[in-house]
Amino acid sequence: MTLLNVRDLTLSFGGVKAVNAISFDIQAGEIFTIIGPNGAGKTTLFNLLSRIYRPTGGEITFDGMNITNVAAHRIAKLGIARTFQNIELFEHASVLHNLLVGRQAHVETNVLQEMLFLPSVRKRELEHRDVAERVIELLRLEHARDELIANLPYGVRKIVEIARALCTQPKLLLLDEPSSGLNPEETHDIGFWIRDIRDDLGITIALVEHDMGLVGRVSDRVMAIDQGQMVAVGRPDEVRQNPQVLSAYLGIPS
Amino acid sequence: MRRIFKTHYNQDIDLFRDGIDRNIYCGLLVILLLLPLSVGSFWLGEISYALILSITSVGLMLLTGFAGQVSIGHGAFVGIGAYANAVLLTSGLPLPLSIIGAVVISTLVGALLGYPALRLSGLYLAMATLAFTFIVEHVFVHWESMTGGFGGMSVPAGVILNYSIMEGVSFYYLCLLSAVGALLLARNILRSPTGRAFVSIRDSEVAAQSMGVNLASKKTTAFALSAGFAGLSGALLAHRIGSLAPDAFGVLLSIQLLLMVVVGGLGSLHGAIFGAIFVSMLPQIIAVFRDTLPDSLAQQPGLEPGLFGAILVAFVLFEPAGINGRWQKVKAYFAHFPMHRKATFRRQKNFTKSERFR
Repeated sequence: MTLLNVRDLTLSFGGVKAVNAISFDIQAGEIFTIIGPNGAGKTTLFNLLSRIYRPTGGEITFDGMNITNVAAHRIAKLGIARTFQNIELFEHASVLHNLLVGRQAHVETNVLQEMLFLPSVRKRELEHRDVAERVIELLRLEHARDELIANLPYGVRKIVEIARALCTQPKLLLLDEPSSGLNPEETHDIGFWIRDIRDDLGITIALVEHDMGLVGRVSDRVMAIDQGQMVAVGRPDEVRQNPQVLSAYLGIPS
Repeated sequence: MRRIFKTHYNQDIDLFRDGIDRNIYCGLLVILLLLPLSVGSFWLGEISYALILSITSVGLMLLTGFAGQVSIGHGAFVGIGAYANAVLLTSGLPLPLSIIGAVVISTLVGALLGYPALRLSGLYLAMATLAFTFIVEHVFVHWESMTGGFGGMSVPAGVILNYSIMEGVSFYYLCLLSAVGALLLARNILRSPTGRAFVSIRDSEVAAQSMGVNLASKKTTAFALSAGFAGLSGALLAHRIGSLAPDAFGVLLSIQLLLMVVVGGLGSLHGAIFGAIFVSMLPQIIAVFRDTLPDSLAQQPGLEPGLFGAILVAFVLFEPAGINGRWQKVKAYFAHFPMHRKATFRRQKNFTKSERFR
C-alpha cells in the first residue's frame, strides 16, 4: 500500500529550483532513504513534506489525503512526525517535558478547562504520560527522564528527538540525518532502533542519511537526488553502483 | 537533601511536589492571612501593592518568561483594567462584576494585540508593544468623555454587600484572594498542555509547529491570558490610587513590569513573585537610603528611574537567572553541603542550535 505519494514536487526560491519536479512513492512499512551530496535538496524535501515550506508546484498525498496545502501544525495529527538535522529540542525543559510536547497534536482540552485543571484534564495528562513512558522505555531513556536538555550530551539529544517524534504516534517518521555527529557505536545503535521502530511499532520511516554503511544496513529502498532532481531510486546496492549517482558524488564524467 | 520517591504519575502532575512543599505553602498562606493582626496600616498597604503587582508579574511571566514573547506594553493593559473598572463602577455595576468586566475587556484587547504581533518576534515585538503603550496612553488622554483626560478620573469607592473595601484590611484580603487565585490559574496552565506549548514556542518555533502546536492560536492565548492578569491587577490598582491619570500607565510602568520579571528570574513563577516584591519595595528601600545620602545627591530628580535601570543592568550582567536563580543556587549549596560543586550552574555554551528558520 502506498502511504505517501509525491508528484512533481517543486520548490523554487526565485530562479533557484531547490526541488525540481521530484516524484516518488513511499510504501507502508518500508524504510526509505534519501541520499545526495550537500545542497542536493534533501532537507528541503523534508521541509516540504512537513509543510514548513510551501511548494511552488506539485502534489503530496498522504494516506489517501491531499496534504499539499495543510497547515504545518496539522501535519502531526495526520500522522507525520519528524526530527531535525541540527536538533530542535526545547533546551530549557526536561526530557519528559519535551516528549509530552510531542503529544500536542492529540490534546483535546482547551485552555479554560486547563486553567481550572478539571478532572478531564488530569485524565488526559495521565494518558499522555503513559504514551511518553512507553517511548522512554523503548529507547532506554529512563536515566535522562528529568534532565534538562541543555545538560545532555549530543548523542542522547539525538535519541530524545526521535523519542519526541514517536510520542506523536505517527504513521510516517521523517528522520533528518539521524547519525550526524554520532560516533560509530551510537550510529550502530541508531541502525538497530530504526529497524526496531519499523518492526515493533509498524511505523514507516523516511530518512536522509550520509553514512552509507547505515544506509545499506537499514534501507529497503534508496533514492538519490542531486541539485533538486531525482537521479536514481532502487535497492541500496543498485543505487550505490549507479553511474549517475557516482558522478553526482565524485564528479566522474558518466 | 530531600529525595522524592515517585510511585505514581500523579506526583508529577500535582500542584505540590510532596507533603512538605504543601505544608510550606499552606503555612505561608496562613501567615499572609494573619498578617493584618500584626502589621500597621502603612505596611499593609505596601504589601497589598506587592500583591497587586505580583498578579501582573505572573501574567507577564506567562507571556515573556514561558512563551518567550517580550512585551513592553503591559503598563497599557494595567491601565485598561484600571480605567475599565472605574468606568464600570461609575456606571453603577457592583464591584465584583466591574472587576470581572475589567478582566474581560483587557483580555480581549490582549487577544487583539496578539493577532498582529504573531508575525513579530524579539526586538520587533518589543517595539510593537512599546508603540501599543503610546497608543493606549494617547487614547486615555483624548477620550475625555470616558476617561476624563488629563483632568483625571476618580475611582468610586468599591463596596461589597454594603461593606467598603477601600479600608486597609478588607482591601488587603481582596488583593490576597486575587493574587492567590491568579497564581493558581497560572500554575494550572503551566502544568497542562497549553503551558508546555508556551515553552515549546519559546525554545523552538519550528519544532513546536511540527509537533502540532498551532503557533497563532497559542501566541494569541498567551497574549490574552497575560493581558487578563494585567487587567485584574489594574482594576485593583485603581482602588489603591483612587484617582486615575493617563501618565500613570505609560512606558515607565511597562518597563517596571518588565524589570520585575527579568529581575525575578525569567521562566519561573517564584521569580514572578520575587520580582513583584522587589519592585514594589524598592521605592521604600530608596527612601530609606535617601535619608542617609547627602542632600545634593538625594534631591536629584530621576534618582528612582536611574536606580531601576542600574539594577536591571546589574542583574543582566551578573545574575541573568534573576533572584529566583540566586535562590536556587543558595538552596542547592545547602542541599549538597559540603559536597557543593561550583560548576553546577555554570552556563554551557553550545554551538549546535540551528538559526535557519528564524
